[in-house]
Amino acid sequence: MEKDLWIRIPLSSNYAAAHAVKDVDVDVVAAYPITPQTTVVEKIAEFIANGELNAEMIHVESEHSALSACIGASAAGARVFTATSAQGLELMHEMLHIASGLRLPIVMSIAARALSAPLSIWGDYSDVMNTRDSSWITIIASTAQEVYDSIIQAYKVAENPDVLLPVMVAYDGFTMSHTYEPVYVAKDRSIILDYVPKKRPSWNVLDVEKPITMGVVANPDWYYEFKYQQVVAMEKSPEVLKEAFQEFEKRFGRRYGFIETYNLENSKIGILTYGGLYGTVIEAIDYMKKMGMNVAAIRLRVFRPFPYEELLKAIKNLEALIVIDRAISFGATLEGPVAMELATMAYKKGLDIALHSYIASIGQRAVTEEDVIAIVKNTVALLEKGVKVTEKSIYWGVRL
Amino acid sequence: MSASTKRLASWREIPIGGAITEPGNSVKRPTGDWRVFKPVINQERCVRCYLCWVFCPEPAIKILDKPYKTASGREWKITFEVDYDFCKGCGICVEECPVKAIDFIEEVK
Repeated sequence: MEKDLWIRIPLSSNYAAAHAVKDVDVDVVAAYPITPQTTVVEKIAEFIANGELNAEMIHVESEHSALSACIGASAAGARVFTATSAQGLELMHEMLHIASGLRLPIVMSIAARALSAPLSIWGDYSDVMNTRDSSWITIIASTAQEVYDSIIQAYKVAENPDVLLPVMVAYDGFTMSHTYEPVYVAKDRSIILDYVPKKRPSWNVLDVEKPITMGVVANPDWYYEFKYQQVVAMEKSPEVLKEAFQEFEKRFGRRYGFIETYNLENSKIGILTYGGLYGTVIEAIDYMKKMGMNVAAIRLRVFRPFPYEELLKAIKNLEALIVIDRAISFGATLEGPVAMELATMAYKKGLDIALHSYIASIGQRAVTEEDVIAIVKNTVALLEKGVKVTEKSIYWGVRL
Repeated sequence: MSASTKRLASWREIPIGGAITEPGNSVKRPTGDWRVFKPVINQERCVRCYLCWVFCPEPAIKILDKPYKTASGREWKITFEVDYDFCKGCGICVEECPVKAIDFIEEVK
């Protein structure tokens, strides 16, 4: 990383998101305030007011309208952004499918938060996991630096003509959205714009000189083929994501992949999780090392497309994998959304690995290093009892 | 046209995201088979006032340079006819016709 191109400043993940939006020179922002996302858009408004970003800020009456405005602006060829959390993301839900179905490269940041009722403004991943089947590429960051970098990468991927899918970049509500970390931001956004150039839109745009119709009806003879186009776009996206990560590293020196691993070489047990909790897991692993226990950490960074090839490489030599999910899929075979993916993957690839599904951090219930160590001890005890796959997810920390 | 008689395009051949990139192509897609009731203009009673043509949302009222002479001897230079390839049978013309010259007849197949 060439030091003179960057300044290192303290930023919350929300502010890091706003800086990324400024540095990719977004044209249109439409958003509605919701805790804990609000300061993303407040910061962007400040950038616009100060003349640091020349963008149209559309003040809308709801999140449904926010994403609708983004869809309209993106259809007109603009580079657009929105941000939300929890109920706001739920209110957008209909438009999530319209954005991806119309193949508009919208980028959204999500300060992940628990869903009502009962009302909780605190962080978990219930909102993000609810969007699973909406055909959005989903990146989950674990540091403020990664939020900044991922939003920049998101535009590169979304606008690629082989992809043309919207991208969401999620991170923990409060524990990341409102926590300050040192972040390198570009001194001059030209280096960012060299990486994600603003050129003629690669997607179908509304143009009075060349009129088109968007948002049409597709009867049974046609609808299926358009959905299959999305399947293919999602299938092509890993290659585009990989290239985007590699070029980012080459230009800026910060390395990202689909997953991240820690202490994998020496371990038989691994812990897979996502978001800011990964930092706690790393700390716990360092403690356990001192106690003479080797445990690996794996962080899922890209949730959609699900990176099973990369995960396969990471887990193939493990005897047991602990998946700590941060959302509940009520009534599922395993109630952890990512654990379900891992179970499918293990079957698909014929893996002989124990899979223990844990649910934790729901409604931002604290998960400490001690909890992580206790989870590992619990899994060791279960393995000794011969439990290969947990019968149902283990609800860590709930009062029974 | 149904899938059995014409090969439909594959996912590779259709515009991304379902955008219609060719303006004005609705003339190529007859929609007349949506109809349950069919408007039929009674040329004897029609006073060529153009109101059916004005109100038709499709538009599916044709103005033809076809002279017509009524039984009572009145001569018209033009004739209004319904374009049944596109008339969806909404009945607006029937409702709006000031001289009740349009009959609305159930389609019987």
